[in-house]
Amino acid sequence: MKSYVEPEFIVERDQEKCIRCKVCVNQCTYDTHYYDAEDDKVCSRDENCVNCHRCVAFCPTRAITIRRNPTQYTENSNWTREAVTAVKNQAETGGIILTGMGCDKPNYSYWDRILLNASQVTNPSIDPLREPMELRTYLGAKPEKLELELENGGTVLQTQLAPQLTVETPILFSALSYGAVSFNVHEALARAATECGTFMNTGEGGLDKRLYKYGEHVIVQVASGRFGVSPDYLNAGAALEIKIGQGAKPGIGGHLPGEKVTEEISRTRMIPIGTDALSPAPQHDIYSIEDLRQLIYALKEETDYAKPVSVKIAAVHNSAAIASGMVRAGADIIALDGVRGATGAAPRIIRDNVGVPIELALASVDQRLRDEGIRNKASIIVAGGIKNSGDVAKAIALGADAVYIGTAALVAIGCTVCQKCHTGKCPWGIATPDPWISKRVNPDIATRRLVNLLRGWSLEIKELMGGMGINAIESLRGNRLQLRGVGLTETELKVLGIKMAGN
Amino acid sequence: MEKRPKQAKHPDFDLKDGFATVNAAGMQYRELNSFIKSHSNPVKRLNVRNVSGQRYIGTGLKNAAEIHLYGTPGNDLAAFMDGPTIYVHGNAQDGVGNTMNSGKVVVYGHAGDIAGYSMRGGKIFIRDDTGYRVGIHMKEYGTQKPILVVGGTAQDFLGEYMAGGVLVVLGLTLKDGESHKAKFVGTGMHGGVIYVRGKVAHTGKEVKIMELEENDRALLRPLIEEFCGYFKLDVDAVLAGEFRKLVPFSTRPYGRLYA
Repeated sequence: MKSYVEPEFIVERDQEKCIRCKVCVNQCTYDTHYYDAEDDKVCSRDENCVNCHRCVAFCPTRAITIRRNPTQYTENSNWTREAVTAVKNQAETGGIILTGMGCDKPNYSYWDRILLNASQVTNPSIDPLREPMELRTYLGAKPEKLELELENGGTVLQTQLAPQLTVETPILFSALSYGAVSFNVHEALARAATECGTFMNTGEGGLDKRLYKYGEHVIVQVASGRFGVSPDYLNAGAALEIKIGQGAKPGIGGHLPGEKVTEEISRTRMIPIGTDALSPAPQHDIYSIEDLRQLIYALKEETDYAKPVSVKIAAVHNSAAIASGMVRAGADIIALDGVRGATGAAPRIIRDNVGVPIELALASVDQRLRDEGIRNKASIIVAGGIKNSGDVAKAIALGADAVYIGTAALVAIGCTVCQKCHTGKCPWGIATPDPWISKRVNPDIATRRLVNLLRGWSLEIKELMGGMGINAIESLRGNRLQLRGVGLTETELKVLGIKMAGN
Repeated sequence: MEKRPKQAKHPDFDLKDGFATVNAAGMQYRELNSFIKSHSNPVKRLNVRNVSGQRYIGTGLKNAAEIHLYGTPGNDLAAFMDGPTIYVHGNAQDGVGNTMNSGKVVVYGHAGDIAGYSMRGGKIFIRDDTGYRVGIHMKEYGTQKPILVVGGTAQDFLGEYMAGGVLVVLGLTLKDGESHKAKFVGTGMHGGVIYVRGKVAHTGKEVKIMELEENDRALLRPLIEEFCGYFKLDVDAVLAGEFRKLVPFSTRPYGRLYA
């Protein structure tokens, strides 16, 4: 069948600048560039280009420009190029359209319509260059009260504290599974988390034994497919996370396309090579809050009650009630992933149409747990759409204890958000298990880039906090008085629990 | 938040010549399991009497203990277990061997739903019937190959999403000529093998039913022998039954779902 799908991108090559070095030919994993020896010319197959910019970044003479295909269908606000292309694609294949990364639609972000406060005249701001600013926080269940007893002239804590994760900055690396990303990426995340005093999350594909040594800074995930979930793995991490859902694909299971299930991935996940690693939509031992409690306590029994257990859900319409159930089921941490949360592979129709913006879900969950008097029993980590340190500060002021970053971490390593993670051919060596391509991520350099990112964001958060006259991140948590909304309706402001700017 | 627990009440415990007996009556699971964890290692055989619904027995154990449970253990028996052998002198409930890594569970009775869920290794022998979704998502890599043998019959979604391992259902509790009633057997299966003694009523579209070959019989015999050894059954009589083999058509059943 002839394909009617037109190339999305056009590769423009300045032939005067091109020195025929073939770097682009070698760097492109989609076979876009090729060298024509007869004409001594590098040419391109535009239909293969995914706009990842690998060739652009590596062309020594900057001869390459990638443009969106300027040939447009007749202008139509409903039948956009994307809509037409999707229909053509499905008419030719009869399949579900897969994509990678998070929802790319413009309307679901609230961070940019929320503004932070600053001190002027009546309450002095704090200079973070001069004063100590505390970004450290602790994740886990907190007691309702502390009981102290006097013994031999000193006070002794009588209350047994639940296990806590100590984070030196309230930013953790989100679940990125081994298989979805390469070993080198996993290693860089683990090393950067260790260096920064925070945590990486294994995602649902297990953890390679070579990375167990970073376990004190690793959250190990348990999902419905139970890939890589061995007793050693459960005990290797500092905390455990039960993955119920993910913002990019609420209500459906994980999906690692067969192209990415190589020998190494087959070993860690214990599944045949080349099969699609499908996590069923539900965990088949969890059909209720009571069942969730059963798995939470199975994990606690396995790890001697020494590690916090997190439960991650996608933000959906009744997250607040679900979160209340999760806390009552014994979750020490609840992780909420919003509609903009990213993925290594998801049906695009799910990614773009299912879920709730994280800002709204966070505000309603935090409020509900406060109303029920159980907010202390679990920490909240939010994910899905954190692009900069301003978003982090706003999330914490809305009620989060910390945030997960996934896309931002990958962008730090080199990702250009081309949304083709599901193909397993990531030219940046990130979203691929291919041992040859994944060498493009040097773990030393990737670690440095991640550490730099967290350092930069942490400095910025201190500046923001200082401006508000706050010197500890824990004083910002749930401090919604520091937030104001612009361009939001009365109902939106009410759900967010913030006032309109100017008030 | 709980207060620091007071010294746990001393359980009814008796140790002689490496054989120990504990009375689990009235003990919460956390207390019982903590006790088993701290006492199973040097003990040759640990008998636990009056087991009554305590969950997670065997979870977190990484040794070669031999544990005999008398009564009815609760859900998630041997979940994540790594090494011990547990004999259940009674029925087991849901989630026997959930994500178990190694070791053995022998149930002298029935078991509930999702026995062997995501099992990674070790063996489970259940004398009688089991519930729904048994053997779902069993896995395998190299020599790490889980084995689950059910003496009776199983309910729907047997071996769903199976990615590896060996699942055997013997139908010994069925009447002559009666077929297994489980529907959607092997739905989404993409690895491993299911052997069924007797007729299968309904399978998932991802599996094909085949005749046994010589290597299948060679694999089955020692498993049946071990099974019959525990439950005092005649090996040849069991093997004389009509066996079928269920294997997936493809290791990638859902590859064509996507554009």
